[in-house]
Amino acid sequence: MNTTLAFVSTLAATAIVANAGEITGKVTLKGTPPPAQAIAAVKADANCGKFHATDVMSRTFVVGADSGLANVVVYIKGGLEGKAFPAPVEKALIDQKGCMYEPYVSAVMAGQTFQLQNSDPVMHNIMATPKLNKGFNFAQATQGQINDKVFDKPELGVKLACSVHPWMVAYLSVLENPFFAVSDKDGNFVIKGELPDGKYTLEAFHQKLGPAGAVSQEIEVKGGKATAAFTLELK
Amino acid sequence: MNLPTQPQSGRWLFRYAVLTALCTLALVCLGGLVTSKGVGMAVPDWPTSYGYNMFALPITTWFTDGIFHEHTHRLVATWVGILVVALTRWLGGREACRPLLIIGLAELVAGFLLLRVGPDWKGAGYFLSGIGGVVLLAGMVWIRNAPLARPLPTLGWLAFAAVQVQGLLGGLRVVLDRQIVADTTLGTVFGLVHACLGQGFFVLLCAIALLLSPQWPRLGKGMNGIRTNALNWLLPATTGVIFLQLVLGALMRHQHAGLAIRDFPLAYGSLWPATDPESLLRYNHQRTDETSVTAFQIFLQMFHRIGAVTIVILVVSSFVSVRKNAVGTPLTWGGNLWLGLIIAQFFLGAATIWTDKAADIATAHVAIGALSLATGALLTLAARRIALPVRQGQVGGSEPAAMFARPFVR
Repeated sequence: MNTTLAFVSTLAATAIVANAGEITGKVTLKGTPPPAQAIAAVKADANCGKFHATDVMSRTFVVGADSGLANVVVYIKGGLEGKAFPAPVEKALIDQKGCMYEPYVSAVMAGQTFQLQNSDPVMHNIMATPKLNKGFNFAQATQGQINDKVFDKPELGVKLACSVHPWMVAYLSVLENPFFAVSDKDGNFVIKGELPDGKYTLEAFHQKLGPAGAVSQEIEVKGGKATAAFTLELK
Repeated sequence: MNLPTQPQSGRWLFRYAVLTALCTLALVCLGGLVTSKGVGMAVPDWPTSYGYNMFALPITTWFTDGIFHEHTHRLVATWVGILVVALTRWLGGREACRPLLIIGLAELVAGFLLLRVGPDWKGAGYFLSGIGGVVLLAGMVWIRNAPLARPLPTLGWLAFAAVQVQGLLGGLRVVLDRQIVADTTLGTVFGLVHACLGQGFFVLLCAIALLLSPQWPRLGKGMNGIRTNALNWLLPATTGVIFLQLVLGALMRHQHAGLAIRDFPLAYGSLWPATDPESLLRYNHQRTDETSVTAFQIFLQMFHRIGAVTIVILVVSSFVSVRKNAVGTPLTWGGNLWLGLIIAQFFLGAATIWTDKAADIATAHVAIGALSLATGALLTLAARRIALPVRQGQVGGSEPAAMFARPFVR
């Protein structure tokens, strides 16, 4: 009897995993972005310059294969009203390595802890300048230092910067639900999670194009699956 | 044999005033460098530095990239503060002792009281009591020197007040960096006022040095027939426009609008750039830096450009007027210097754009701006002194009755 129950439970769990949502798609850029430029200050810096054998390039627009645009936050903007989701337990990580932030663009859910790590043998300070959340500015003097932080309110494109090394900038989007992703170097994204079937509004946000340049589209999730394609336009 | 025009102590006071003005210029340059490099918040606390007493910051931390500029700015500012307190005492003579003692004691007590308020106020407490200690010491200096003739003691007290307010503004710029009131970041506002007061403070110290200089009593003597009436309005008006230009420049720097337009002499390819939303989007999408510009920032830079052209015209007019009306006076070489500075300043402004706001170029632009303002102010003072006899219908320049006529150093 117990064996049968365990078998049924396993089957049920497998079914839930199989129904776990997956929204896939690609973000492309229409228009010609300004070419990436070498950040001269990195190489000129006595401490940070030695971490890089080649030029460090600006990452404002990273465009890959077939005009795929990287670093775009794609998230469910509408269709989940009235539903509450617990913040993911796993912590997001923003590292400072070679006097650059990695990743350049990331996203967390409101209430989700994110870690700020200094992998450099150089002091950094991290200044967050959100408009809706509470900002901070503190130093990480020792290599390997990690500090946990949480933003409570949804807010797109919170800027993180190092005042000691002014070229160091990263953007963190804080979202209302756990259904989001950041596009990869070729513009591809995968949003994973147990999203019930239904209609949703999906939005693609790029920090340089701002809210005015964000693009929304309606999608329908069937059997936990949906696809979407976005084209962000450069004026 | 040339007889000295001043007593020995007067010459040393003049040299000391020049030293104070030069240190202040260095401080203005360092402040400019901090803003140019964008490292104003590299030391996120004040008056402590990373929790340390400012003078006890570990040297390895001090010599870390942007921290070096910001922390050195703070240390030099402290040094200038000490110099100014001593200058106030020297200019005010023994009569300055009592007010210095009272102020010093009040600051010392206030500092110790802050220490008792709580751990958050500890740094401020030490800082204030430190300032109080320096002021108190200046008040305890036993030398019973006579005060200088007016208005020098008053100018000394003005500098004394300005340096303390300036220090406080610099600190508030850091402490209130993220405080937003009416959509305005307080840190930016305090940074702007700090930058403008810094320029005014430098001019004040230059004026004190001029009034103490051996040349000052001789100005006007034997300069019969000099027609400085035109200069009496042209020089202060031009100096005023330069100050407004410096305020605009500070506003641009603290708004991070120095590169709101990235081409020169044209602006986004035209004489006057479009600022409609569509054009702004286009400009911003084509920027590879992390900033976005607004119409306000573009207007700021355009007004700064118009200001630059206006100043060049005004300084050239002043130069011509000086050559015409004040031949044989120190105004002529002062006019030459002013013209040279303004031409250099114009090209440094252009170079700031052409070099993508290279920190050294932008800082040189701030430094030459300060020197241009000071030169204008000193020329205005000198012209006024020379002009007094003419304005009063006197032929000679030796006995004008106004306050500027007497040598200041007793």
